[in-house]
Amino acid sequence: MSALLTTALVFPAGLWYLALLVAPLLIVVVFSFGTRATNGGYEPGLVLNNYERLLQPQRIEPFFTSLWMAIAGTIGCLLVGLPLAYFIATRAGQRKGLFILLLVIPFWTSFLIRTYAWLIVLGRENLGGFIGELVGDPDFRILGTPAAVLLGLVYGYLPLMVFPLYVTLERMDRTLVEASKDLGAARWATFRQVTLPIALPGLITGSILVFIPMMGEYVIPSILGYGRTFLMGNALVDAFIQTRNWPFGSAMAVGLILVMLVTITIYVWFVNRGRHGRDVSVL
Amino acid sequence: MSLSATPDTPLPGRRATLSERGGETPDVDIVDVTKRFGDITAVDAMRLSVARGAFYSFLGPSGCGKTTTLRMIAGFEQPTAGEIYLAGEPVAGVPPYQRNVNTVFQHYALFPHMNVAQNVGYGLRQRGTTKADEARRVGEALELVRLSGYERRRTWELSGGQQQRVALARALINQPTVLLLDEPLGALDLKLRKEMQLELKALQQEVGITFVYVTHDQEEALTMSDTIIVMHHGRIQQQGGPAELYERPVNRFVANFIGVSNPIDGKLVEHDPSTGRGVVQTDRGLRLTGLVTDPDARPAPGTEVIVAVRPERLQVEPATHAAPPADGWSSVEGRIHQGTYLGDHTEFRVATDIAGEMVARRQNAAGAAAIMGVGPGDPVVVRWEDSANLILVA
Ligand SMILES: Nc1ncnc2c1ncn2[C@@H]1O[C@H](COP(=O)(O)OP(=O)(O)OP(=O)(O)O)[C@@H](O)[C@H]1O
Ligand SMILES: [Mg+2]
Repeated sequence: MSALLTTALVFPAGLWYLALLVAPLLIVVVFSFGTRATNGGYEPGLVLNNYERLLQPQRIEPFFTSLWMAIAGTIGCLLVGLPLAYFIATRAGQRKGLFILLLVIPFWTSFLIRTYAWLIVLGRENLGGFIGELVGDPDFRILGTPAAVLLGLVYGYLPLMVFPLYVTLERMDRTLVEASKDLGAARWATFRQVTLPIALPGLITGSILVFIPMMGEYVIPSILGYGRTFLMGNALVDAFIQTRNWPFGSAMAVGLILVMLVTITIYVWFVNRGRHGRDVSVL
Repeated sequence: MSLSATPDTPLPGRRATLSERGGETPDVDIVDVTKRFGDITAVDAMRLSVARGAFYSFLGPSGCGKTTTLRMIAGFEQPTAGEIYLAGEPVAGVPPYQRNVNTVFQHYALFPHMNVAQNVGYGLRQRGTTKADEARRVGEALELVRLSGYERRRTWELSGGQQQRVALARALINQPTVLLLDEPLGALDLKLRKEMQLELKALQQEVGITFVYVTHDQEEALTMSDTIIVMHHGRIQQQGGPAELYERPVNRFVANFIGVSNPIDGKLVEHDPSTGRGVVQTDRGLRLTGLVTDPDARPAPGTEVIVAVRPERLQVEPATHAAPPADGWSSVEGRIHQGTYLGDHTEFRVATDIAGEMVARRQNAAGAAAIMGVGPGDPVVVRWEDSANLILVA
């Protein structure tokens, strides 16, 4: 009876998962071995040349650009997010709620609008021009450079880094910090030996949460990078919408998934090496 | 006055501290320390010397300032006024990690991402001890707390008592001048608590490190301490050995907080400050001779006082067989209200006209049969010696 009930309750979610996650993934894998129909789209087949094309230098470049942008963006989110989360969790006191709210509010506005806002901020009339004057270069630009894309990435995904970090830091027993100081560790030593290791699960979760969407990001490089910083997202749009080569696009998507899996596996292995605590639950 | 703004005045029977005996520097010296949090005065004008190698306990009800005092010694809080000296050095502004003091926290605060050995060796690693040295001393420390072989265990796999011992080892391995313990047994069940009390006491004697212990459990304090400091509302009420506090409580608070007593209201009619002897005329016509326990008290004649008598000092006898009135004894008549057999002793509640309801305790030394003689409603005489009369002014 209860097994039946469990089945009944799990069924809708299971169906959802199947229809929207597993099935599309399978379709993508199947497509990636097909060929382009004459007018674009997909024609069934079993060929490997989509994957061979992927390895051509100009085709593989967006992978590397995406990879290093996503890694740099993740590091940027960490550098900004960790102190921020630490501050909110331990020092903000009564204003904790306010800071959380300030982080959440941008989520209520369209991502597109927020990215366009940066267009204005970084434009020549504003920050771009100002920095240009400072360095004495009238041709100085931020927009259209990888730096603008990176900035947009860090800005756009920062909350996804801060929330999991905040939660682990908030949950951490504050007397552990006192115990550490009591045993002779100064502030930085305490942070390094106690706070950071305990915040590690949140740090890993946050990194993965920002890394994955950054790898496939399309809007930010298009708007802030003027499409010059060509990421996987842009390449995919090209393949599916411009050249309508669905099988090749599918092969790129599979490649992207593989690159992300490998990167994340290496990352989790790396931060967990030599750790003695409970297994870190990822996500 | 007795509220121990000047606890250094010797009380009758109080042990002299080492500093008084030999001029040796006390491990902790708290001089006129006050700590306020906004409007709350958590610790009020405290003065205290903690002698080397002794077991001190702060005892008092919740919120009386025990933890705050400990945190000021450890360096987690700074006094609002006054000065604390550790081994003779003033420590104002010295951060916790530079004080040679270690704390055992109430919920142990073991590092969850480290195993037992890494937890215990934490303090040594901060001092750059070599790996080999660390391993050796961790082994010794674990042996001391009877946890040899647990080096690689995860802390959350251990029982409460074992976690407690890891916390102890982690603190003791640093050989602090003073070890601070804030209700370390609070989370353990009663039986384990009793075991750990004796173990802690034995450990303290073995290592010879000064322990400053915080508890709100009077029995725990009596079991372990050389000196107990009774606190209330941020003030030291009295300090002394267990027997002294029980036999000579200086005020009502101490008399009620440590053990039970029968209070009898009256007015002080005679007082000899040199011997402490006083005579009290009670409100219902009893004349009691006893000791004014607070040696500093100089009460005016006619002052309202309380005569406190411990239950075990009262003798309950059937009215028919009562001993005749004698010099140096008081007696009142009453009826048994209730008799409760409690194994090793029996507790009688006796309703008396003159002294209200009195609680008396009788050891069941002669077995249960001996107490069967009297039951509820029976007329009895309650007798006690003058030496049992504790006259409390404050
Ligand atoms: N950080 C703080 N901020 C404000 N008030 C505090 C702070 N710490 C302690 N207090 C107050 O100071 C008083 C003494 O607190 P303390 O923790 O020293 O009591 P305690 O004797 O340890 O009590 P317990 O037995 O409940 O642990 C209490 O009224 C408490 O509310
Ligand atoms: Mg406390």
